[in-house]
Amino acid sequence: DDKLLTEPLSHPDFFSVKELFTLKDLFDARVHLGHKKGCRHRFMEPYIFGCRLDQDIIDLEQTMQHLQLALNFTAHVAYRGGIILFVSRRRQFCHLVESTARACGEYAHTRYWQGGLLTNARIQFGPGVRLPDLLVFLSTLNNVFEPHVAIRDAAKMNIPTVGVVDTNCNPCLITYPIPGNDDSPAALELYCRLFRMAIIRAKDKRRQSEAVEELR
Amino acid sequence: TLRLICTTTAVQRKNVGASGPEKYTEAFIKKQIEEFNLGKRHLANMMGEDPETFTQEDIDRAIAYLFPSGLFDKRARPLMKHPTEIFPEQRKIQWGEDGRPFHFLFYTGKQSYYSLMHETYEKLLNVQKHQDQLIAQDLPLQKEKRNLVGSRWLTKIELEEMLLEKVSDDDYSRFIQLLQKLAALPCADIEEKYIQKFSKEVPVQLQQVIIEPLQHDERGVAFSTGEGKRKTARATAVVYDNGTGKITVNGMDILHYFPVLQDREQLLFPFQFLGRIGKHDMVCTVSGGGRSAQAGAIRLASAKALRSFVTEKEVEFMRQAGLLTVDPRVKERKKPGQEGSRRKFTWKKR
Repeated sequence: DDKLLTEPLSHPDFFSVKELFTLKDLFDARVHLGHKKGCRHRFMEPYIFGCRLDQDIIDLEQTMQHLQLALNFTAHVAYRGGIILFVSRRRQFCHLVESTARACGEYAHTRYWQGGLLTNARIQFGPGVRLPDLLVFLSTLNNVFEPHVAIRDAAKMNIPTVGVVDTNCNPCLITYPIPGNDDSPAALELYCRLFRMAIIRAKDKRRQSEAVEELR
Repeated sequence: TLRLICTTTAVQRKNVGASGPEKYTEAFIKKQIEEFNLGKRHLANMMGEDPETFTQEDIDRAIAYLFPSGLFDKRARPLMKHPTEIFPEQRKIQWGEDGRPFHFLFYTGKQSYYSLMHETYEKLLNVQKHQDQLIAQDLPLQKEKRNLVGSRWLTKIELEEMLLEKVSDDDYSRFIQLLQKLAALPCADIEEKYIQKFSKEVPVQLQQVIIEPLQHDERGVAFSTGEGKRKTARATAVVYDNGTGKITVNGMDILHYFPVLQDREQLLFPFQFLGRIGKHDMVCTVSGGGRSAQAGAIRLASAKALRSFVTEKEVEFMRQAGLLTVDPRVKERKKPGQEGSRRKFTWKKR
């Protein structure tokens, strides 16, 4: 049992997450497109490659590294049987995110976030609730273009977060930010596909390792 | 540097009421059902009856016999019913042994409502895709008009019962708007079955009063019956055709039964209105009430009986004259703190 948990940690890329995407895939899905210069957030400046005709272009080299780290972390969490909660407050992609979560066997929350969901969970749900072990933000802003409350709440409850940060978002409290576009359907479909494949790979590997252990 | 925070014991006490109603596990309910069945058999043995054919009514009678109670409120008396009737149907604990919730939208708080919205939106996307395919193939979009006249959407309370959780007004209106949007699309026939789950038939309320046809007795004379009531009096009247205008009440002539002119006028009013005073005979029975109430009851009964003899236009005239309406006035109850129903006690200044 200990061996099952410690073995993946020795490899840098145990689930070979790098093969899931290439730079060309990110470019074709329009991940590098950011918002206009006026919407730029101060803390996103390190991630921005440049500005063309007032529109910010995100550095895809850095995005590749961040994405690889984030997918690796998600896969490890899924391998250990953790609860992953997909959060997005964009109405156009609510259905897509919920179907992705259902396909993985994980959980989604693309609706109005009630204030005490994470911090007051004992009273809202019941005494023995288990909180999510990872929050994945497919869009860090809510409908009023302010940072989602869940980022702050997850930081309060010591829950790691993975989030797609656009040029107008604040990447401060997110543990594994992924600088990239969160507005185009193509980009979001790419992210959903990558997360789904990573989680399914991790779960399959876990089942295989358990079967191998039982055979011994 | 850590600052010592001093709190009172009041803060440390758990707020017991805030956790909401107690949730029952499935195992608990199953145990209750087993205990109930065992108890039912014991009770049947005690009463000397067959345990196999012991119904709920027998249980109620047996409990009322073994534990007689003089309490006024029926709900406070000893009760033995099947656990599904006692424990309200509510959600059992939503997560498994390892802590993972069963439903993928559990963390939203309103899982059934949001999963319903998710499904409905999926149906909408399906219909739109189908529509796009038909347009691409240049086929005509069929539109059979769904008859919306005889159907209505589910009410908020019915939706709450279906989902087993509270639904707010905004949520309900959003759901209905989504359903209407889905139903309005041209190719919505594909998802007809899904939409029918949320619509109900409204029975067309035809309160057409059936006028009974004339009956004939042994001598061949046409007659018809009518019933009427007023205050506490109940009357039945049989009106015969080819008569002389003789009216019999409870075996007595009306001159003897109703000495007062006002009551006899009330009896004659339907005939006078239709202009058939000397043409019909009437035999009536009346009980209850007082003098005036009995007269009113017989008047209503005779008017109802006369409907069979008369054209529809004249029936409408009778209805507008108020001959066919039951008089709803009854004696108003006396209230405490007052001398009568309206009269207050004498007010004394000092």
